[in-house]
Amino acid sequence: MSGLAAGIRLAQFGRNVLILERHNAPGGLNSFYALAGRKFDVGLHAVTNYVPQGVRTGPLVKICRQLRIGRDELDLCPQHGSRVAFPGEDLRFNNDFALLESEVARVFPRSIDAFRTLVSRIREYDDTHLDESRAPSARTILETALPDRRLREMLLCPLMYYGSARPGDMDFDQFVTLFKAVFLEGFARPFEGVRRIIRVLLQRYREAGGERRMKCGVRSLRVAGGRVSELELDDGRLITADHVISSIGRLETLRLCADRPSAAEDVEAGPLSFAESIAVLDVPPASLGCSETIVFFNDSPSFAYGSPEHDLIDTRSGVICVPNNYAYGDDQDLDEGFFRVTALASYAGWTGLPEERYQAEKRRCYARMQDSAVRFLPGVACEELQAHTRTTDMFTPRTIERFTGHISGAVYGAPDKVRDGRTHLDNLYLCGTDQGFLGIVGAMLSGISMANLHIIRKEG
Amino acid sequence: MTKEECKQIVLDIIAEIAPDEDLSDVKPDVRLRDQLELDSMDFLDIVMELRKQHGIEVPEDDYPQLATLDSCAEYLTPKFNAVNA
Repeated sequence: MSGLAAGIRLAQFGRNVLILERHNAPGGLNSFYALAGRKFDVGLHAVTNYVPQGVRTGPLVKICRQLRIGRDELDLCPQHGSRVAFPGEDLRFNNDFALLESEVARVFPRSIDAFRTLVSRIREYDDTHLDESRAPSARTILETALPDRRLREMLLCPLMYYGSARPGDMDFDQFVTLFKAVFLEGFARPFEGVRRIIRVLLQRYREAGGERRMKCGVRSLRVAGGRVSELELDDGRLITADHVISSIGRLETLRLCADRPSAAEDVEAGPLSFAESIAVLDVPPASLGCSETIVFFNDSPSFAYGSPEHDLIDTRSGVICVPNNYAYGDDQDLDEGFFRVTALASYAGWTGLPEERYQAEKRRCYARMQDSAVRFLPGVACEELQAHTRTTDMFTPRTIERFTGHISGAVYGAPDKVRDGRTHLDNLYLCGTDQGFLGIVGAMLSGISMANLHIIRKEG
Repeated sequence: MTKEECKQIVLDIIAEIAPDEDLSDVKPDVRLRDQLELDSMDFLDIVMELRKQHGIEVPEDDYPQLATLDSCAEYLTPKFNAVNA
């Protein structure tokens, strides 16, 4: 998706742009797949950064302007309401920040002033800068800003789940980006899911004169004089380009470089991956008691965000997503009910399984994830969910790596981001998850920013 | 080209890149940034559209010349006339 956005920017100002995609479906980490005639979104729980029509600032407005896309084309329908659920305590939130603020005042009355001070600081903070500097730890800053540990954990849980590539912590820049995207702005989803957004981008790209080749990966980047001289494609053909923007990840890109840069050995692969279980229901989830849009849950005193060490998945925490629970308008409803649960998963664990055990573990972990999630949905019975389940699907770190090419199935990439997108080669830049903006809107903003910074602003 | 025509061209470009802005009452002597929600990305696009649609080059050092509609007209009108000559 970041690559498509970069492509649109360049094509609309007269550049000859070619997008090369190894997969047969566009979108990268924000894509979709079909199974037995049903279409599933890969990563999309929610489009974050949602602001209503008429608001003229923020990342969503920026990307629409930069890509010359009308807000209504994206068909963003706002969420019903979401929650952070910890043992004995809930913080509800929706697209009106006043709700979260009142919830913090209700649950953590002694921390509300500190919370408000932190929020003002977040509002003022420039998190879309492209300067290459190591951002401070969010945990360190929050420890001073918010004395109540429980509140810190409850804020970090959803934000880490929606974008932190670093176990146990996140960069403060990313904390701010996600705080704005999730709490100050909000969640929305197009009725057709991620396919709608991809279709709009593809149409813009075509109109602007861009070309693309599907099922056509890049096998290697040949290097001469500190630049990419030629791209060798999977089918052996060679092409040349003045500039190459890579959205496949930093380590993934460096490993394609024929000069074998030393950084390819030094860059740490992303250590975090996820599993997701999907139940397709024959009734609307709300009729079974699931009326919220997203629920971030955690059953322990503190929130452990890392790769499970002794298990395939970590069922202590997770994210429940019910795509039916958006205000689609005109009485539109999805044809079927969906109940999705995401949990932290061990890449090493899943890839080490022989095929037969892999399938069996998928079934077993599916049930564990659903059971774990239901604990945080009062009034929802596991048996009822099961009785109404038409079919299921489950993806694991192995699935993610196979279809996206991201090493270790690390959907949020490597812990250290490259804000300016530079590499060791003059005409090779990164965009997407390893550049550091987050979510679907962030992915597009990443592509736009890198195209602007390295090509459009420099050369017109 | 007159300065008024030049201002209209700039307004048309802003309308294209920021369709959500209300341009009915833009004051010519007030900084565009102070009356509209325009950031550096939008200004980059004003420059890019001037080039794409009208063949006018604005070097990065001259971006401050585009601060108000009046200063745009002052700076761009001679360029338009040179291109059209």
